[in-house]
Amino acid sequence: MDAPLVEMKDMCISFGGVQAVDHVSVDLYPGEVVGLLGHNGAGKSTLIKILSGAYKADSGEIRINGKEVHIHSPRDARAQNIETIYQTLALADNLDAASNLFLGRELTSPLGFVDDDAMEAETRKIMGRLNPNFKKFHAPVKALSGGQRQSVAIARAVYFNAKILIMDEPTAALGVHETQMVAELIQELKKQGLGIFLISHDIHDVFQLCDRIAVMKNGQLVGTARTTDVTDDDVLGMIILGKCPAGAIPGPGALVDDTVVG
Amino acid sequence: MSDTALSGPKSPTARNMFAALQLDTRLLGMIGAFIVLCLVFNVVTDGRFLTPRNIFNLTIQTVSVAIMATGMVFVIVTRHIDLSVGSVLATVAAVMAVVQTDILPPILGLGHPAIWILAILAGVVVGVVIGAFQGWMIGYLGIPAFIVTLGGLLVWRNVAWFITSGQTIGPLDETFTMIGGIGGTMGETGSWVFGALAVAAALWLQFTSRRRKAAHGFPVKPVWAEITMMVITAAAIFGFVWVLNAYDIPEARLERIFEARGETMPEGIVMGYGIPYSVLLLIVVAVIMTVVARQTRLGRYIFATGGNPDAAELSGINTRFLTVKVFAIMGGLAALAAAVAAARLGFSTNDIGTLDELRVIAAAVIGGTALAGGVGTIYGAILGALIMQSLQSGMAMVGVDAPLQNIVVGTVLVLAVLVDIIYRKRTGD
Repeated sequence: MDAPLVEMKDMCISFGGVQAVDHVSVDLYPGEVVGLLGHNGAGKSTLIKILSGAYKADSGEIRINGKEVHIHSPRDARAQNIETIYQTLALADNLDAASNLFLGRELTSPLGFVDDDAMEAETRKIMGRLNPNFKKFHAPVKALSGGQRQSVAIARAVYFNAKILIMDEPTAALGVHETQMVAELIQELKKQGLGIFLISHDIHDVFQLCDRIAVMKNGQLVGTARTTDVTDDDVLGMIILGKCPAGAIPGPGALVDDTVVG
Repeated sequence: MSDTALSGPKSPTARNMFAALQLDTRLLGMIGAFIVLCLVFNVVTDGRFLTPRNIFNLTIQTVSVAIMATGMVFVIVTRHIDLSVGSVLATVAAVMAVVQTDILPPILGLGHPAIWILAILAGVVVGVVIGAFQGWMIGYLGIPAFIVTLGGLLVWRNVAWFITSGQTIGPLDETFTMIGGIGGTMGETGSWVFGALAVAAALWLQFTSRRRKAAHGFPVKPVWAEITMMVITAAAIFGFVWVLNAYDIPEARLERIFEARGETMPEGIVMGYGIPYSVLLLIVVAVIMTVVARQTRLGRYIFATGGNPDAAELSGINTRFLTVKVFAIMGGLAALAAAVAAARLGFSTNDIGTLDELRVIAAAVIGGTALAGGVGTIYGAILGALIMQSLQSGMAMVGVDAPLQNIVVGTVLVLAVLVDIIYRKRTGD
């Protein structure tokens, strides 16, 4: 197998004495979808925000393609082709689709002014691929449906040639049809060799979309497993009790003989 | 502004034709309200309200507040507030007055032609520095803008007092006072030339925008709609110039002008004032601020941050430094407003700009700037300033008592925001 696309080793971060992420190590290979699971407050979103540059880790090492990198801001993450689709979508509601897609990376004319027409043209192109029904190019995104908003957020990640995609609950606000659309998109991106971290609460989604899972509890890693090696119940046990089943590789947070290691 | 209005069936119903013009209905509503206001005052004052003379005065009275209102749009759009602009105006006016009466004349000689511009430059630097400093406290130290600028309201008003030792400074430099209003106008010919250039620029912008859109294959407005817009634009600009030109310079004043030039006044000559330099300054500020808001990254980031500060930050926008920039712009505009206000009086006084912060905020809010952030336009704020000023001077002409004037203005402010809220709910904007 190739070198991992992303390696996060011994990541730690604490907020006011609470150890939100406690010596967690995860990795991600090209063309792979890794599901991050756990209760609310287990530390999944925090871990992923370290990778996307929203938080700065207290300690730990991030390697991209085997090379150590330092990510201090969202700009640093983007420079490594890491794109994030946040739970809250992170769209500016008052701006239109094109302005959101290019936010922070506007196309400009030779004189340095933002080129709205060029950005709209690019937006029309990519939306034609992702969501051909999308027509509201001039409306502020708050006038869009959940699925349309989600496709704007995904378009933003896809347009800039992400190598590593982080999706935080991408289907939480969506209907059945739109969830299917996101699922198909994930399959397509996988084929193109992207690595995807997927945070989800939906066990069904996870088994359908992910190759591997990593379960967190109280800021620690319970364990990782291939989705083919474990059952739904095994995974629920990992999430709720921190119990690592036979098919999984236990982490520091795994329950051993009713006591937590580490 | 929806695509359906463009690609929908082309049956020429009145509704479709109106939609094809792609007008901003909100702006139309404001202009409508303004026109109704003017007509009512005109009837009540027996036609004295809509005379060239009164319109001329209205425009020059509006300039100072309108210049600051354009900056207040950025401040409010980013979910902040600036209560200090009236006091900053006072400090800057004091600086400019002292520079041109005490500091520069001994060095350059009294009445030196560079004095006015150096005084304004000094004032703008002071305004930008004060604004940037307040913005730094808000953005980097995390003190709420309301508190920082409430402090600024007290501090800068009294810094101004110390700079002038509480005295009225003046008379100001003669060239400097020309940007105050009636003391400096472009004259009839100059105003027509300016109007023609403005119309040409507007038409050229409209034409290139259409060509660009067509080149990308976007739907464009029907040709007749474009032509209608061009005609309306040209008529508005030339109408404005015509009204300001129609206000004739009084004969005694003309005589003095010719005397100053060492000529004798020809018999029966009539000259109009034309566009005041202060109004020209406002137009330039409005154009630049509109370009910044719509066509630059800075403007895009200001609106994005107002719409969703977290999203802006996650997109790699430095929202802290953005706050500094926004307040620095506000400070710079307060300085320009100070130049106009002081030049109009011919002196820098202690109470210059008192309560301006409230007028400026009210103008921006009446003009459709939402305190929740993310929404606002430059032209709206200027129109808001004009509506406020018209209300005030209209009531003064009618002879409404001063306390009642303030009651009306306060009521209108609240009502305007209520109407705006209802409008936004209906249209879903």
